[in-house]
Amino acid sequence: MSVGWIVAIVLGIGAVAYFFAAQRARAQREGIDRSKQVPHSLPTYHGWLAFILAAIPALLFFLVFSLLSNALIQNRISNEVATHIGDPAAASLSIGIVHNVATALGKLGLSGDNLPGSYAALRDAASSSGVALADSGEDYMVPLAAGVNADSNGYRFIGQGLALLFSLAGAVFAYSRIRIRLRARNQVERVVLWSLLGASTVAILTTVGIVLSMLGETIHFFSDVNPLTFFFGTVWDPRFADAGSGATNGQFGLIPLLAGTLYIALVSMLFAVPVGLMAAVYMGEYASNRVRSTVKPLLELLAGIPTIVYGIFAVVTLGPFFRDLSAALAGGFAFIQAQSVFTAGIVMGVMLIPVVSSLSDDVITAVPRAMRDGSLALGATRSETIRKVILPAALPGIVGALLLTASRAIGETMIVVLAAGVAARLSVNPFEAMTTITVKIVNQLTGDLEFNSPQTLVAFALGLTLFALTLGMNVYALYIVRKYREQYE
Amino acid sequence: MSLESAAIATASVSRSNAPSKMTGEDVCVFYGAKQALFDVNLKIEQFNVTSLIGPSGCGKSTFLRSLNRMNDTIEGCRVTGKINLDEDDIYDPSIDVVELRARVGMVFQKPNPFPKSIYENVAYGPRIHGIARNKADLDEIVHSSLRRAGLWNEVKDRLLEPGTGLSGGQQQRLCIARAIATKPEVLLMDEPCSALDPIATAVIEELIDELRENFTIVIVTHSMQQAARVSQKTAFFHLGKLIEEGKTEDIFTNPRNRQTQDYITGRIG
Amino acid sequence: MTDAALPHAAAETAAPVRRDFGLKRRHAAEARFRFYGIAAITIGLAFLAILLISIFSKGYTAFVQTSITVPVEFSAQIIDKDDKRATDPKVLVSANYPVIARNALAKALGVDPADKKAMKEISNFVSDGSRSLLRDIVASDPSVIGTTRNVTLLAAADIDSANKGQIDLNVPEAKRKVSDQQLAWLNQLKAAGQVSTPFNWGLLTFGASSRPETAGLGVALVGSLYMMAIVLLCALPIGVAASIYLEEFAKKNRFTDFIEVNINNLAAVPSIVYGLLGLAVFINFFGMPRSAPLVGGFVLTLMTLPTIIIATRAALRSVPPSIRSAALGIGASKMQMVFDHVLPLATPGILTGTIIGLARALGETAPLLLIGMVAFVADRPATPLDPATALPVQIYMWANEAERAFVERTSGAIIVLLVFLALMNLAAILLRRRFERRW
Repeated sequence: MSVGWIVAIVLGIGAVAYFFAAQRARAQREGIDRSKQVPHSLPTYHGWLAFILAAIPALLFFLVFSLLSNALIQNRISNEVATHIGDPAAASLSIGIVHNVATALGKLGLSGDNLPGSYAALRDAASSSGVALADSGEDYMVPLAAGVNADSNGYRFIGQGLALLFSLAGAVFAYSRIRIRLRARNQVERVVLWSLLGASTVAILTTVGIVLSMLGETIHFFSDVNPLTFFFGTVWDPRFADAGSGATNGQFGLIPLLAGTLYIALVSMLFAVPVGLMAAVYMGEYASNRVRSTVKPLLELLAGIPTIVYGIFAVVTLGPFFRDLSAALAGGFAFIQAQSVFTAGIVMGVMLIPVVSSLSDDVITAVPRAMRDGSLALGATRSETIRKVILPAALPGIVGALLLTASRAIGETMIVVLAAGVAARLSVNPFEAMTTITVKIVNQLTGDLEFNSPQTLVAFALGLTLFALTLGMNVYALYIVRKYREQYE
Repeated sequence: MSLESAAIATASVSRSNAPSKMTGEDVCVFYGAKQALFDVNLKIEQFNVTSLIGPSGCGKSTFLRSLNRMNDTIEGCRVTGKINLDEDDIYDPSIDVVELRARVGMVFQKPNPFPKSIYENVAYGPRIHGIARNKADLDEIVHSSLRRAGLWNEVKDRLLEPGTGLSGGQQQRLCIARAIATKPEVLLMDEPCSALDPIATAVIEELIDELRENFTIVIVTHSMQQAARVSQKTAFFHLGKLIEEGKTEDIFTNPRNRQTQDYITGRIG
Repeated sequence: MTDAALPHAAAETAAPVRRDFGLKRRHAAEARFRFYGIAAITIGLAFLAILLISIFSKGYTAFVQTSITVPVEFSAQIIDKDDKRATDPKVLVSANYPVIARNALAKALGVDPADKKAMKEISNFVSDGSRSLLRDIVASDPSVIGTTRNVTLLAAADIDSANKGQIDLNVPEAKRKVSDQQLAWLNQLKAAGQVSTPFNWGLLTFGASSRPETAGLGVALVGSLYMMAIVLLCALPIGVAASIYLEEFAKKNRFTDFIEVNINNLAAVPSIVYGLLGLAVFINFFGMPRSAPLVGGFVLTLMTLPTIIIATRAALRSVPPSIRSAALGIGASKMQMVFDHVLPLATPGILTGTIIGLARALGETAPLLLIGMVAFVADRPATPLDPATALPVQIYMWANEAERAFVERTSGAIIVLLVFLALMNLAAILLRRRFERRW
């Protein structure tokens, strides 16, 4: 039986338990004198309680048992493989082959008695029924795989049987417990509450998952590459050496990527901040309701456009335009390259306009009306009020908003992948191509790749750097904004 | 004053020696570190209307809300002492607060009908408590509750329209109908007329007097006149303490405590 | 100012005090400030307009496809020379259909089949997709063999471009992708009424292809659809459950604070980090298949979750406390209060937030690149475990293709994506308008 079937059967038992439990509770209700005894929970709650007792322990058991038996099988394979092969890297390859052999045996319906004598024989048999196996298998793998199959069949049989038994026991137990005064509702609600709590821990698990997974791979990476040469290296040249050729791994210097990331973010902020801030100020302080109600959603459209679209806009329209423009200005020599820090920065800036403007709009409207009125009543003009009273009062909030925006700019991927270029170099000329951390993460991880080489693992080190950088900015920014809000509440 | 004393005369057909339905012994309520109620001892008589009066912030609403443990919903709120409903200590861990609230219903200051139909508003309580056996039963409960709340004639043709579309006074009577539909033993009313105009108030007050037939009623009110008109027993709270309690006519005509005298003559408030 | 100075000052200021010092300058500054504001808004709107115009002007032609209708002779000689199809159905699959298409076109144009050079140009005239088109006709109805039918063939991408006027005829012939001869043929066919430009359904149905005219968004649309379904099925229940817990049940303590901080930060984590998470956890650790919409859906779920939680909590918070007391006051349990009253009233807000989250997920590209959804997938995936691509990823892949016709397709695909996003946002706005409740 497959996993799906077990789950379906257990749920089916639960449904039947629901029905009978509710029925019994209903019957008990009918049979009492309400002036003496008041029933506690509605029959449906008794039903749900029976369902929960029938389904949840059984499914939890099944899950734990499956994980456990899987681990046991893995353990057996790696132990036996280790007796044949010493080198851990080669062993992991062999473990994969054993798994494939086991699958193939299962598909061919071969087990203990009718095993092919050698790996080669099995391979021929398999390929004739359309199952492909690697060349490099060895003979010991065949009986091992057969043993693994027998084990896993045994485990599965035990696990499924016990799960069904648990389910039935739960159902019977729940049914036998039904009493007029049984607090079925409270018990059901407690289970619901725990599952609500469980759902809210997903956020924590995600963070933990991000940190742990990237930390693990990063440590792996640092066992090949010195952290110092990563963090302070100025050359990025991760050559893909042929596997096992013993050639150099190339150089993984973070500095050029970090410089490109920050440079592009700077250009985009230089463009987006004045525009976004002024747009927010104008809409908040000057624009009539009618203008605001049309212009605001239009500007917010910019925030709804996917970044891939901005990237393509940069490559197809804006990049060539800037290149041709610079060529026309400089008399034929295009000093702005089609892919450049400048182009990427401007396009990212356009994307950030609505971010800046809506964040600063929130901050500006949080400044109390009284301050504005006080300044206007003194005879200050509107712009004086804004520049000398509102903006200084809102400054901490605006700084927080800008930090959040900057962290968006640093983490942005698709625009820079398309518009910034892939050349990792240190340059101060914004009209040349530079590359960013995110571009390199994409570069290193797309296409055919084998794991465990520094060329791919470096992506996780880059990712962790990016995560730490943006996390720091976000935490600090959220802290500033919160402090700022509390001040005016 | 003559109007009031007339009202007292009509409303105060107190059942002498009525058995007590609820009793509070040494009830103290704390909000975090702040104590809001100090050692309140009060008996609430069955099938009488007990009104809790006193200036704002005196703890009368706090006491009312501790009678059906609505205080549980406020974080950091703690109740000590003992409150009994018949023989059961309502703060005993074995008491299910939900069952308690079905027995001790509550009507709030501002009418708060659910944004559902009039029928659904009244039917919700009986449904979650499993009081009705079938649809006909439920219909009967809804109709009789609305009738008892004096709302039937006004809404019988539009039971499926939203309860939020009624006038303020009608909404409050709908909330009363909703509360009595679960057949509670005690009905708590937290300033039920403070958001209503005088005419709607008069209707509700009349209704309270009728409901006394079947329910024990505790009402918090800001208005001494209202307390005098509707209640048989009155308890006066001040600064979190129960200052004086007794028959309504005694409290209003013949208060023993100086603070009570000050209050009913308008010197504190 | 001292007392002694006062009478003196009073004597001198019989005339009214001038208060307009620098007033002109101040008004000028005011006007300048206003101008900056208007300029900022204009810049923003101008970029929006340029972006949309450049995409629509480049992309709208992708929605029609030049097609050529010619009588095709399904010659038994070519398809099944030895008349073995009754015994060996593979014959019908492997037959030389391009020759049939070429011959049909040659006949329609009056070209001598012996002219090798002309015949080669003719084969470049129609799409390579003709092979599978004719094969499917024959396979579905073998009785056509030996007859002649009118069949509509897709023009090759270059001919399509030429027909749409996208080829610059001033360029010398040798440097053009379309020869003068082919142009002449195109005009000849046009004059005969055999060229049509119907709506390009292939753009929405075909899978990946190296030929622009047979490349489509079919796989990407199905992949994106699967992912959206998974995001909806996972993120909505988890998000709503988490929000209910945090908003209605959680006590204020360290643990709750920690969850809150986590959610706020996750909302601002760069999306590519979620891709790394998906690669490391779902694919490497749990061994799920690469390129599968299932994994993509999970990654996007984690990414969308904070958005949905934040929106749901706002919606729950907007339900007034009086409703909660009303329910509790008649003896509803807290759970009944939440599920019977608070949650239904918050539903419009929750759905609006969810749709906006889904729209963001639909346009997301970066994390999907890392979990291998950049794959050449020709067949539509049957289940969420089969390889697929996603709409924005397909756009990215086409953007990297060199051929002229792919530029048009890229912009066309962007239009499709933007239309979907616009529809989703419209739904969110309508939902909000229709069900918004003021308390």
